[in-house]
Amino acid sequence: MSECAEFNKIFVPLSPKNGFLVSSRNYMQQQVWTMKIRPHERLWHIDLGEIWRYRDLIELFVRRNIVVQYKQTILGPLWYLIQPILTVIMNMVVFGNIAKMSTDGMPQALFYMAGNICWFYFSDCLNQSSSTFTTNQNMFGKVYFPRLVVPIAVVISNLLRFAIQAGLFVALYLYFFVNGAPIAPNWAILLTPVFIVILAGLGLGLGILISSLTTKYRDFSILFTFIVHLWMYATPIVYPISMVEEGTLRTLIMANPMTSIIEAFKYATLGQGYFSWLALGYSFLFMSVLLLFSVVIFNKVQRNFMDTV
Amino acid sequence: MKAIEFNHVGKQYRLGVVSTGTFSHDLNRWWTMNVLGKEDPYLKIGDTNVRSTKGESDFVWALKDINFSVEQGDVVGIIGKNGAGKSTLLKLLSRVTSPTVGEINVCGRIASLLEVGTGFHPEMTGRENIYMNGAIMGMTKAEITRKLDEIIDFSGCERYIDTPVKRYSSGMKVRLGFAVAAHMEPEILVVDEVLAVGDAEFQKKAIGKMQDVSKGEGRTVLFVSHNMAAVRSLCHKGVVLRDGMTDFIGTVDDAVNHYLESSAAQAEEQKLMTEYIQKCKSFLKISEIQINNTPYNFTSLTQGQDVLDVLIKGTTTEPMRCQVKIVIRKKDNTALASFAEGRYKAQLVTIEPGEFTIERHVALPRYMADGDYTLDLVLNDTGVQCYMIAWGCQNLHVEGFYDQYAHSLRLEKEGFIGLESAY
Repeated sequence: MSECAEFNKIFVPLSPKNGFLVSSRNYMQQQVWTMKIRPHERLWHIDLGEIWRYRDLIELFVRRNIVVQYKQTILGPLWYLIQPILTVIMNMVVFGNIAKMSTDGMPQALFYMAGNICWFYFSDCLNQSSSTFTTNQNMFGKVYFPRLVVPIAVVISNLLRFAIQAGLFVALYLYFFVNGAPIAPNWAILLTPVFIVILAGLGLGLGILISSLTTKYRDFSILFTFIVHLWMYATPIVYPISMVEEGTLRTLIMANPMTSIIEAFKYATLGQGYFSWLALGYSFLFMSVLLLFSVVIFNKVQRNFMDTV
Repeated sequence: MKAIEFNHVGKQYRLGVVSTGTFSHDLNRWWTMNVLGKEDPYLKIGDTNVRSTKGESDFVWALKDINFSVEQGDVVGIIGKNGAGKSTLLKLLSRVTSPTVGEINVCGRIASLLEVGTGFHPEMTGRENIYMNGAIMGMTKAEITRKLDEIIDFSGCERYIDTPVKRYSSGMKVRLGFAVAAHMEPEILVVDEVLAVGDAEFQKKAIGKMQDVSKGEGRTVLFVSHNMAAVRSLCHKGVVLRDGMTDFIGTVDDAVNHYLESSAAQAEEQKLMTEYIQKCKSFLKISEIQINNTPYNFTSLTQGQDVLDVLIKGTTTEPMRCQVKIVIRKKDNTALASFAEGRYKAQLVTIEPGEFTIERHVALPRYMADGDYTLDLVLNDTGVQCYMIAWGCQNLHVEGFYDQYAHSLRLEKEGFIGLESAY
């Protein structure tokens, strides 16, 4: 009998009568939730802290992107150099010698190289992050982690490629400089990190926007592949902006956010080019708005993309 | 204290190919919700998720109105047929996709083992992949480094750890993946069918580790499997899903029994056993056959059952002297055992003209193997007369018998019954 009474004392069910004066510890604990999974999150709910917590993953993705790219190739990272060299030679033949387009009096090799390495960085970021959802759907379909980690890692790993190509540019630069070519770097070279940030932002922003749109409608990936192709010609890479006469065409080319960066980079390194704070400010603003917009869209799509991809 | 709570959770999918009509649906949805300010027009329609029948609308509820909660430290088995919504449920929980309606509340870090080895890159070595895999699941680099030796040891792939994963066998990949996941110490572990691959030794190791996780460390585990023996030995609560809805919630034994019974009742080619009578004397009419209390051609035996009941009802106009003979066969028709007491005990019964009911209670072996069997039912005397034959009239699914904390034999590998020591 006494045992039974003891038992009852411990396991009294919670009722309004005895309130919280129950000896079982479970009743005393407050229920806390660390995560709520809901159908819709607010549009602006972007958890940057979460991305920071996954910084180790970003680092690993960066390493993976770099290591895996040239596995089982003979030339390995040399491909980073071969690509711009061949492009520049091609540009010199077609635009420099056949079309005889002006390079503002600068050595052709340097002129084309400066434009191309910037464009390569932008277009690589764009192309690789635009397939974020489609190439990673196997992984995304099984585990949750902030999806933005993948395109961010792409942007960072491409930085290495940019650095190697910039090294080639510097070597070429020194060669021409020593041989007395009419080139002179100036203070604007200090702005190079800003140029890179804008390039990265544009590539990332557009890339994740495309990847968000292509989860449902594949048309966008086809559309953007050739838009990017055409875009290159709307950017002063193989020609200087000074060649374009004032008018609608020039306004259009100036509206291209890539123009001011590539021109400013040429100005900073070669001493010839179009530099304007206003144009740079415009590019920066364009990049910020695009990036913000894209991240919001990306964030919305990532919640359900597995159902439509 | 609750670890997980599902509140009216539902997930709707659109059937068919994403292209035709998607855009118009999107426009319509946007128009009604944002311009007219009404509810989503597509949430109201949609059939429940019955795979085999053709539904009326393009929309289907993979999960509908799921309501249950899991206490901290519970090990819950989620069972159901293919397409019942188990994986969708786990996907919602691991945030791979989000619910259409409802809310899930979670307390603690979730690690999901929806398929082990996620993010393994074939070109990278085992060691690199451990880091990759761990980081994807939310571990920090320092955490992984601290447990690296333990993980390598648990996986049993030490020799290959610096070889690219593409040279691994599929079993080794699974081992490595499970080893990472098992060491990440989440508060909630979500496991889906990992045990399907891997050899017996590894399965034992994996189950042991999961038991440690739930018992020793008091963590919550959600386990999805078709392996009823594993569910039974691991879990103490069970949730049965059927067509996207919760069918049963309770203790694991009740849940497994409920599932086996309901799936037996739903068996697609359900036929009465009397339809299987191939040969019958003209003076004899069999009206009903029941084996294991069912007149249909599918039944299952669950752990702990020691008697198989057989019941035959009918009428005869002539007296019969006969035995009830039951032959247990494998699916490939090999005979495994027979119940024929007229033969080896000379126990025949005489049935007088008129209505009759024969009942037999067959003692089942104590350790019957896990597998699918068929039964023949025959009424004969021992050699001269054969009154009724119903070959293959019953499909018997045996879940496998074993003592607590042990495992059952498997019919295909170890034969039909387990022998015991003499003393």
